[in-house]
Amino acid sequence: MNAQASKSTKRPKAARRRKMMAWELRLYVAGTTPKSVAAFANLKEICETHMGGKYRIEIVDLLRNPQLASGDQIVAVPTLVRRLPHPVKKIIGDLSNTQRVLVGLDLKPARLTHAASQA
Amino acid sequence: MAAKATPSRAVAKAPTGLPGLDQVLNGGVPRGRNTLIIGGPGSGKTLIGMEFLLRGARDFGEPGICMSFEETDQQLKANVASLGHNLDALVRAGKLLVDYVYIERREIEETGEYDLEGLFIRLEHAIKRIKARRILLDTIEVLFSGLGNEAILRAELRRLFRWLSNHGLTAMVTAERGDGALTRYGLEEYVADCVLLLDHRVNEQVSTRRLRVVKYRGSAHGTDEYPFLIDRSGISVFPITSVGLAHEAKSERISGGVSGLDKMLGNQGFYRGSSILITGTAGTGKSTFASFFANSACARGERCFYFAFEESPSQILRNMRSVGLNLERWIKRELLHIHAVRPTSTGLEGHLAAMHKLITDHKPSVVVVDPITNLISIGDSLAVKAMLTRMIDFLKMQGITAMFTNLTPEGAMEQTVIGISSLMDSWVLLRDVEQGEARRRVLYLLKSRGMAHSNRMVEFELSERGITLHTDGLALQQRTSA
Repeated sequence: MNAQASKSTKRPKAARRRKMMAWELRLYVAGTTPKSVAAFANLKEICETHMGGKYRIEIVDLLRNPQLASGDQIVAVPTLVRRLPHPVKKIIGDLSNTQRVLVGLDLKPARLTHAASQA
Repeated sequence: MAAKATPSRAVAKAPTGLPGLDQVLNGGVPRGRNTLIIGGPGSGKTLIGMEFLLRGARDFGEPGICMSFEETDQQLKANVASLGHNLDALVRAGKLLVDYVYIERREIEETGEYDLEGLFIRLEHAIKRIKARRILLDTIEVLFSGLGNEAILRAELRRLFRWLSNHGLTAMVTAERGDGALTRYGLEEYVADCVLLLDHRVNEQVSTRRLRVVKYRGSAHGTDEYPFLIDRSGISVFPITSVGLAHEAKSERISGGVSGLDKMLGNQGFYRGSSILITGTAGTGKSTFASFFANSACARGERCFYFAFEESPSQILRNMRSVGLNLERWIKRELLHIHAVRPTSTGLEGHLAAMHKLITDHKPSVVVVDPITNLISIGDSLAVKAMLTRMIDFLKMQGITAMFTNLTPEGAMEQTVIGISSLMDSWVLLRDVEQGEARRRVLYLLKSRGMAHSNRMVEFELSERGITLHTDGLALQQRTSA
């Protein structure tokens, strides 16, 4: 899973691309579980659809690097952390609800809920 | 406390190291299991948990992890520093590890299935790093407000507490007190080996902290509410129970400090380890008798603790100089300790807990409480009697001879408030008698258990030469109080 993760960052021309890379995402998982596989697949799809290639996903397997859990204050897995753009956002779960992921990533304003509360 | 109760053998104990608490818990919290500490805000949950870790790391060679969900490591450091602990030193020595878990609902979106494996991994990593044996989870309930899926949370917490036990950790888990249920989120359902309840009550503007063991699976434990103190040197629980009539009655006699009084007591004085009550109206010389009693103990090279609830130490020293008694020399030689506090500074239990702690720390052979009246005024009579019984039992168990003074109102000579006299072995009554132009002071031994003593009223004088009892020609009448 780790290998897959680094590949997704499109190594060639990485330095040049990073400047225009609007999204920096980190997905924390604990080993290869159905939930982590689902989360990665869901994330990949959302990114492709909504970020137009301007993203970078780093996968952190806490079973291999347990010391990384406290840095981003990880309690639940899977946890997706949006490191860029600021502010930092966290989405926990297998990311199966695309609408909520989009709201969580600020790709979509939580307009529906607003409208509902005003009505 | 002797482990005579057989069930307690089955449960291995991990001592908390907290004075008094281990006694109440009959040795400590269950080793390798989870203990729940419940209390409202400011009841001292975190401090008890931290003491458990710090003392475990420092005194019992058991490294510990503090997983804090509320306070940052900086805050924790400051808090335990106020109790005289150096968190940093233990952390540097690899005996303690603090992991601050921060969860903010507003920053987290939830979508789909998840578990708390992240928390488990953090814990396991920490456990391996310092080979932890103890852990404090403070307050894990924060997860309920930080994460939305209660079903997942409950399943994971159940798994967590089992997991901790499987790892052989002795855990303390703190929880907020709930309405109706013990805890707000029903944690007692998962952590049920040992449950401690902390209470912080304010009665007539005086606050008292209390601790109760609600449950202790497979072990005998004290069932009362025990007052406890949080002060500069940490937490101490006042473990006195009223079951202790098992103290050894000593036959050794010690002087009452006044030769005439000793004469009235069969020429030998009081029994060591007994409780002596001196009552009298204002100005009859109760404190003077108590001071001479303290003086005689110090002169024998014994330690005396003098609790003054009415006068400051310097006032006592000055007044005693006027009757020719030099108490300074004993203070200089550290035989006499005068501890003066206002009775209203804390609740009754607070006082008794403080007294218990001082007595445990200083191990005096003689204690003076002057006067007990002021303590009585700050509690209701039933509570006062219960607490005094505990206090006296405690002193007797330690073999400490105690003298209590008590002010009686004019005209109510032989009444002691709330009948504390029944707790006392000897009762000395002082009074004024008007005779023509003069007032004379007289002393009467109302009772003195287990010894022959005079039943005469004896006149006495206070002068710069001390207390003089007119015992000339006093025939010792053989009267024995049961």
